[in-house]
Amino acid sequence: MALLDVRNLSVDIRLAGGELHGVRDVSFTLEKRKTLGVVGESGSGKSLTALALMNLLPHAARRAAQAIYFDGVDFCRLSEKEMQAVRGNSVAMIFQEPMTCLNPSYTIGDQLIEALRAHRDVSSTAARERAVFLLQKVGITGAAHRLRQYPHQLSGGLRQRVMIAMALMCGPRLLIADEPTTALDVTIQAEILHLLVDLKREFDMALILITHDLGVVAHVADDVAVMYGGQIVETGPVEQLFERPLHPYTEGLLACIPIPGKTRPGEPLGSIPGTVPTLIGDTAGCTFRNRCSHAQPECASDDVALVRTADGRSYRCCLTPAQRAVR
Amino acid sequence: MSTEHPLLELRDVQRTFAVSRGFLHRKQPLRAVGGVSLELRRGEVLGLVGESGCGKSTLALMALGLLQPDAGEILLDGQPMAAQPRSAIARRIQPIFQDPYSTLNPRKTVGAIVSLPLRVHRVGAPQTWRRTAQEMLERVGLPARVHDSYPNQLSGGQRQRVAIARALVMRPELVICDEPTSALDVSVQAQILNLLIELRRELNLTYLLISHNLAVVEHLATRVAVMYLGRIVEASSTGQVFGQARHPYTRALLKSILTPTPGSGVPDTQIEGAFPNPLDPPSGCSFHPRCAEALPLCSRSAPRPLMDARGMVECHLHDGTVDAAPENRGGEAAAVTK
Repeated sequence: MALLDVRNLSVDIRLAGGELHGVRDVSFTLEKRKTLGVVGESGSGKSLTALALMNLLPHAARRAAQAIYFDGVDFCRLSEKEMQAVRGNSVAMIFQEPMTCLNPSYTIGDQLIEALRAHRDVSSTAARERAVFLLQKVGITGAAHRLRQYPHQLSGGLRQRVMIAMALMCGPRLLIADEPTTALDVTIQAEILHLLVDLKREFDMALILITHDLGVVAHVADDVAVMYGGQIVETGPVEQLFERPLHPYTEGLLACIPIPGKTRPGEPLGSIPGTVPTLIGDTAGCTFRNRCSHAQPECASDDVALVRTADGRSYRCCLTPAQRAVR
Repeated sequence: MSTEHPLLELRDVQRTFAVSRGFLHRKQPLRAVGGVSLELRRGEVLGLVGESGCGKSTLALMALGLLQPDAGEILLDGQPMAAQPRSAIARRIQPIFQDPYSTLNPRKTVGAIVSLPLRVHRVGAPQTWRRTAQEMLERVGLPARVHDSYPNQLSGGQRQRVAIARALVMRPELVICDEPTSALDVSVQAQILNLLIELRRELNLTYLLISHNLAVVEHLATRVAVMYLGRIVEASSTGQVFGQARHPYTRALLKSILTPTPGSGVPDTQIEGAFPNPLDPPSGCSFHPRCAEALPLCSRSAPRPLMDARGMVECHLHDGTVDAAPENRGGEAAAVTK
């Protein structure tokens, strides 16, 4: 049985201009100890999907799903109180900007200890020991001293390490990381990703890594879900998806990135014309059709169903890759 | 032709800021740029890379003439920049900044934003301003109708195009691009990079491209300068830097590039610890606490820049001191110097 099984998840947000369909019919599964990379541009619904799993959506948003099974328990049937016992406990989350997620007026130690004592009946001495242990695990030297420091006394990289340590306090089975390295320098980014991969192995966790950076996904994920316009447009194992993308959007995204040693310097990069569509109001048909060079009249008519291939991949396009190559 | 000057030349430029440490404390000097010499030749694209806090943006402000260096000299086409009026500098050097959301006045229309430089500098007759602005908007790939739109009606990529149009409407010679695509989505980033490549060819521009994205720098730049804690530690042709980097810091940066090629795992940059506090810079070579190849000598004396046919590098592994005095060489470092 998969650790996480999301079935037909949708999120609609009421806005002054109409209903925004932020997440549309998203289904995926995640096995124990695996890493799922969720990639997409801003507004594609990747963060909203993660917040919907945890039921942390803003008030104006409405979640609808057939089921969200985590370890056999359906999150859709839990009360708010039961859900609270899950958050930060068996499922933990870290975000892009660690400064806004740490409370500036409490010490690192207070916040780490609270993360554990909110869920477990342990003494503060035992919680402090766990905090020191985890700070060392995430590569922070002088851990005992750091516990007395406030968030503003730490650099961006250190704060993100503290956030990771805090997420691990209760020993979660699933860690959701939303753009964990976007605010960091490239050298620090590599270190934090290293850390996430090592900790995942050591603490036996599954990981959902949300990012706009295909490079990060390529190096960390086992499976990839590409999101566009609130939908998953393609899923598959990382090697096959990068090697032979099945959806024109994935293909376009990969062509957009300059790769040292591969793309010819100074030559035009591949690019996807136009911009991300609005998801307010009517969203019938393929949302990518007005940027797609293979668009057909039938792309506008109905919602495009997810096509499953024999080797366990799936994509949401009217045309098969073979048909696209011919036209 | 033999006496042609570089378009922009920085000679041992320094800039220090006084940083407050709070009430009743004396201000502390922060050396943002400590002795940088660089040349920008006509038509080239110089990529400037480095981590946040290394002084890239301070250097950009000085190159724009918006900040005066404490010491050293900046020459524009062979003439000292300090002696030239601001407006004369602005006609030849224009910036494009990272965040297209905060650099456009939300209360002005796009047309007014793009034609403002023409009005300020009184370029051409007033009746031509609108047409010139419209032509420039078209040139950067925006439909004519955006002329009367406000910035909040445009997407991020469109706003960055407006910022580019505003920078180019005066037909400058040098454009300083400070992280021009960092705030944009991947698919839009490629559109803007393609536009910058095209415009450079058509309008004969010279770029100073500041970016932390090494893949972008490799794609656009003809020459690369790597900056660390206020110093240029390596400068060379793009091929040289990406093919045979000499400074350990450059090599670590190159290793940290995450290419979209699966199966290789997260790279090990072999770089230790965080970027040092610029208020309390390390002794000797400022990179030595993070350097995998540091020698005992590195913590004592700062390396001197070495210029040769391959470019410039500032590192004890290459400046000859190691070979001259073998006792300086650490045991484990001997293997890596060759």
